[in-house]
Amino acid sequence: MDMALEIAVAAIKIFIVLNVVQLVVAYTIYVERKVIAHAQMRLGPMRVGWHGLLQPIADGLKLFLKEDIIPDKADRIVFVLAPVMVLVPAFVVYAVLPFSATFYITQINIGLFFILAISSLGVFGIVMAGWASNSKYSLLGALRSAAQMLSYEIFLGFSVIGPLMLAGSMNLQEIVHAQSDVWFVFYQPIAFIVFFIAAMAETNRAPFDLPEAETELVAGFHTEYSGMKFAFFFLAEYANMFVVSTVGIVLFFGGWEGPDFIPLPGFVWYVLKLSVFMFVFIWLRATLPRYRYDQLMRVGWKFMFPLVMLNIFLTGFLKYLFL
Amino acid sequence: MVGVANVSRIEQQSTVHGTEELVINMGPQHPSTHGVLRVILKLDGETVNDLDCDIGYLHRGTEKIGENITYTMFIPYTDRLDYIAAPSNNLAWVTAVEKFFDWEIPMRAQYIRSMVGELSRIASHLLWLATHALDIGAMTVFLWCFREREMVLDLFETAFGGRLTVNAFRLGGLHEDVPDKFLQLTQEFIDIFPSRIDDYETLLTNNRIWLQRTRDVGIISAEDAMDLGLTGPIIRGSGVSWDLRRAKPYAAYPYLDFVVPVGENGDIYDRYLVRIEELRQSTRIIQQCLEQLPGGPVTCKTPRTIKPPEGEIYHSIENPKGEFGFYIVSDGTTTPYRVRIRPPSFINLGGLKKLCVGQLVADVVAIIGSIDIVLGECDR
Amino acid sequence: MPDEVVENSEETNGAPDSGETAEEVKTPPGEDLKEVVESAFPGAVLEQSAYEDHEDETTFVLGVDSLVAVATHLRDHGDSLFKLLTDLTAAHYPEAENPFEMLYHLYSIEHNRRLRLKVRIKEGQAVPTVSGIWTSADWMEREVYDLFGIEFEDHPDLRRILLPDNWGSHPMRKDYPLEGRGERIYTKPTRKEIGD
Repeated sequence: MDMALEIAVAAIKIFIVLNVVQLVVAYTIYVERKVIAHAQMRLGPMRVGWHGLLQPIADGLKLFLKEDIIPDKADRIVFVLAPVMVLVPAFVVYAVLPFSATFYITQINIGLFFILAISSLGVFGIVMAGWASNSKYSLLGALRSAAQMLSYEIFLGFSVIGPLMLAGSMNLQEIVHAQSDVWFVFYQPIAFIVFFIAAMAETNRAPFDLPEAETELVAGFHTEYSGMKFAFFFLAEYANMFVVSTVGIVLFFGGWEGPDFIPLPGFVWYVLKLSVFMFVFIWLRATLPRYRYDQLMRVGWKFMFPLVMLNIFLTGFLKYLFL
Repeated sequence: MVGVANVSRIEQQSTVHGTEELVINMGPQHPSTHGVLRVILKLDGETVNDLDCDIGYLHRGTEKIGENITYTMFIPYTDRLDYIAAPSNNLAWVTAVEKFFDWEIPMRAQYIRSMVGELSRIASHLLWLATHALDIGAMTVFLWCFREREMVLDLFETAFGGRLTVNAFRLGGLHEDVPDKFLQLTQEFIDIFPSRIDDYETLLTNNRIWLQRTRDVGIISAEDAMDLGLTGPIIRGSGVSWDLRRAKPYAAYPYLDFVVPVGENGDIYDRYLVRIEELRQSTRIIQQCLEQLPGGPVTCKTPRTIKPPEGEIYHSIENPKGEFGFYIVSDGTTTPYRVRIRPPSFINLGGLKKLCVGQLVADVVAIIGSIDIVLGECDR
Repeated sequence: MPDEVVENSEETNGAPDSGETAEEVKTPPGEDLKEVVESAFPGAVLEQSAYEDHEDETTFVLGVDSLVAVATHLRDHGDSLFKLLTDLTAAHYPEAENPFEMLYHLYSIEHNRRLRLKVRIKEGQAVPTVSGIWTSADWMEREVYDLFGIEFEDHPDLRRILLPDNWGSHPMRKDYPLEGRGERIYTKPTRKEIGD
């Protein structure tokens, strides 16, 4: 009986999270369009609803109703499977994300490890998409993203080790509790910088949007996709942005906990911090040009890799001395 | 695992499984080829091994048209060549035809021609900066530039009624005097424009990613640039101080003070700096035109039918994209016998292969942007 | 003082001064360039002219055989240095004995001068390429080949450039019809021709 209840509660939570996330993702796209529009001295979506507020719904409907084209010479099975392979890991990760002290789907003691493991599966979907499309632009885009995501996965992984050493746990809840005095970003500034850059590269966001660099590769790995399959890639990209932002908040900015003198619910703190993160993502996209492929690799291996290694060494050394 | 039949098939196709160049078709419908340009790239990984341009999608036989209509009728056709900077083309054609005659073009007309010519240079360079930055991924610059380009087009509309293809000048001067409002709005525009150039520069000039993408990429030496016939900002970016406004002055340029900016290395970044400085110099020229603008008529007395004497002339001006010239053979009738357009985009595009081979795909996009082509004029 | 005036009018290539032309003994422009050519290739310049004595319109007519040698000489000689081939084109005069005229517009940045070279050829006669002297001639010769049907010897890559590869004729020739289908025969290219 207990088991059934547990499953039911979990199912309800999953249902809520999935739907809320989808809606929020849709509205993030709206916010992104608005923010970039205003950075560029224009208005952005204005037609559908008040200040274009219904635009995401219209977009969703449009993508639903669009003709779903599968190219003649594409590998049909892989082609259909690829967007799913991208979207599913992006959403599975939400299982362990802590949204507040009490609201989360589940809590496991290898939470962070789980996130890294699952989110790195997304690259398979992208490579599959590029391969199955039977298009040269897609293939080049997929090659780029395979190299980029695999390399930056490493820096991302190493950059979280610093905070982990401080917290002494992989459980996301405990990591948050460990920061009740001081946020880890003050102990681990180098790790945070590396984490943030790697996160941008992991999510294929500007200035690291090479896999879908529209002026070079048309649309990169999803050139041949249309309709709902394209929407899957789109949703996955934004869902991934949420995941890395949440991980960043949990690791470096004390998760849902805020300063004691401002009594706000944990969830509100989380949303506030998330908004700041998302805004920075969007802001950077509006400002920066795109890196070139070889430069991206150089930045990663020659600059970030030594930096993050140094950080781990320093953290261990100082921890040994003072704790 | 693999059946015998399959093995033999793989053996037959063994060349397919070796390393092979990837042939990729960029264009004619591609976001960064700036029109209907098709570039066939042969890639080794991401490195360009060979390249071939396929042009002519926009070929309309403008030269042939020019040989069958009168000198005056051809002016609007020149608008459609480099449609980004239409008044410049008009200027090239009218000054070329005027070379047949010894008309005294009134100074007021000459100053207005220079002024509008510089405005079209600003319009052209703004579109170049917008698309060039977008190609490299800085998309905010794109819309900022269009904001100012819109103002320039509004100025054209005030003066001539048209926005893109303006048909600005006539043989012997202007069709009619520009309205005072045009001068006033031009003054307002050049008052704010320098600060807008600063805005673009804050986003790009010292941006580390921009520097990494443009410095030491697409380098062309001065000798090679001359060999390839490259003109305009490209050859100036390679360090050759040569500007037809200075070397062979036309319109009111002999009386105007401006600096010809030159680069050092001849890479994309130098061409970027040269064009940005040209924007500032154009603003200066327009300011001088407004200050020195004399009164009086705007057209000289021209015969009712334009019949140049027999002979042949070549005349060229400094268009935003390079040397834009006309070679005209007159047989003494009202229509030219031969019209040849010397298109800067066509000839500059011919240098693309030399610039691109050995670079990465991402650089090809940046290099095409830095050449600044317009296919209307390239294909004619 | 009168001397100065004469010099000025020549230098600025302004409109010729109608009042003084009778008395003046004018040397046609480009005499010095002719010397540069003639010093190495005597008799190479078959004709010399300039529209209304504009210095920029100096024109030399050359023979087909001496074109490459003279052009190379003009590019490299210190007094000419025509390093920039501004323009290369052709013109068609169907009635003339040599109906095609090849035109080369040269420019020297060092001396700020222009020079036009002309070569007159017969129908079907090939012209030696100058793309070995100026690389920019590559595309412009392809264009002339495309629109006039003039062939260039030793051209590295002589293909049509503006029109489709299987276009049947050369539109810039004067006998090309302006209306109707005329000789404009266009057949849909086969897959083999496209190279698919």
